[in-house]
Amino acid sequence: MVHQYKNNGYNIVLDVNSGAVHVVDDVTYEVISLFESGTREEITERLKETYSETEIAESYGEIQELVANGELFTEDEYQDYIEQFQTRPTVVKALCLHIAHDCNLKCRYCFAEEGEYHGKRALMSFETGKAALDFLIANSGNRRNLEVDFFGGEPLMNFDVVKKLVSYGREQEKIHNKKFRFTLTTNGVLLDDEAMEFANQEMANVVLSIDGRKEVHDRMRPFPKGAGSYDLIVPKFQKLADSRNQERYYVRGTFTRYNPDFSQDVLHLADLGFKQISVEPVVAQPEDDYALREEDLPGLFEEYDRLAVELIRRRREGKDFNFFHFMIDLEGGPCVAKRLSGCGSGTEYLAVTPWGDFYPCHQFVGNEAFLMGNVKDGIWNEKLQNEFKSCNVYAKEKCRDCFARFYCSGGCAANSYNFHGSITDAYDLGCRLQKKRIECAIMIQAALAEES
Amino acid sequence: MKHVKTLNTRKLQNTVKKGGCGECQTSCQSACKTSCTVGNQSCENK
Repeated sequence: MVHQYKNNGYNIVLDVNSGAVHVVDDVTYEVISLFESGTREEITERLKETYSETEIAESYGEIQELVANGELFTEDEYQDYIEQFQTRPTVVKALCLHIAHDCNLKCRYCFAEEGEYHGKRALMSFETGKAALDFLIANSGNRRNLEVDFFGGEPLMNFDVVKKLVSYGREQEKIHNKKFRFTLTTNGVLLDDEAMEFANQEMANVVLSIDGRKEVHDRMRPFPKGAGSYDLIVPKFQKLADSRNQERYYVRGTFTRYNPDFSQDVLHLADLGFKQISVEPVVAQPEDDYALREEDLPGLFEEYDRLAVELIRRRREGKDFNFFHFMIDLEGGPCVAKRLSGCGSGTEYLAVTPWGDFYPCHQFVGNEAFLMGNVKDGIWNEKLQNEFKSCNVYAKEKCRDCFARFYCSGGCAANSYNFHGSITDAYDLGCRLQKKRIECAIMIQAALAEES
Repeated sequence: MKHVKTLNTRKLQNTVKKGGCGECQTSCQSACKTSCTVGNQSCENK
């Protein structure tokens, strides 16, 4: 399968099953589009008014060479491999610890319902967190790198327990020959010097929630009484990012229907000095006033294009920054097994509530139908676990012919469930934005390759 | 090649034999939490 598109003056051809990316001239772009449906003579006949026969012949020869090398028109031969791969015994390697089901902000789009996740406010005890880490170690098989995200609500509302759990984890990793990678997702309200120092010592990554321009941020991320949080958090986030040498963190925002010109928010964050930036489309039900709609898509695509061009420009000027959704490593990205078997929710990745209950991921927390077990008894809902285990791209009808399946792995199971009532469907609007981002990400690589 | 510039040399087919160690980062632990960004992750078994 081949996906070809034009963007920012580049003719790009992605050979989906090999991952090969080719930048081609106009004649080759057209020959490739006709290659499988006509003979060499038919293609020449069709194109000879626009291109010389020599050009067409040269181009055709190069295409044949790519086909012979397994870099063009390759077949998808991975289905059996992935299905066998997924019958391996399940190990758990990552936990999202809901250390606090409470929050000091009242963000309008919060899927956690201001931190409560359809339940009551609660903080995780050290004992529950400890049992979760013990469960992770015991169920991680031979995986060495174990990931634990301190999530909420707002995790710094339960900072003492975070510190104790990290200390416990450091002690246990030596005993069991494991390596904990702790991460923290925070809104910044309680971020003080002590928390920053701790984060710099212990956190492999820190996710700092900020949406962009002050008016955009304050509209969606107010305190419970209505005041905006931008002025309080920005200096702290700048200080933390600098103290981490602008590495191993993300400022992470959400854009909604209220800021369709979201590229300005990304650039605002870059202008504040942040080098690691992630700004994602909101996922909301259609009745929410801030939800993105089908008719917003053309404008959002233009925003991604604008952002991609600006990112290239700034990189040329030495003022570059990383935009998470444009990051793509064409040489060293994930293997096929990782790409096609999904995000790991419900299998190698689990969310843990303050009470120690397991859910397939943070987005399913609070939906009792998705309760999988708890830190004391382990996973008892094996039926649900198996459902998630078999949720790969080949189980999803919509993904079979999609060029993006090697990049999104079939998309987010929670989004699929929330929009279609099934984890093997796909959230269509999200898919279209994802595809656009992949196209931009590859175009950026083409532009950078041209310079080198 | 005169008409084609290929940006990468690594083919996904070649990752079938060595792949699947599972040591790379879980996508939702990086910076998303509401999308699925497996393609953004880096291989830890190069």
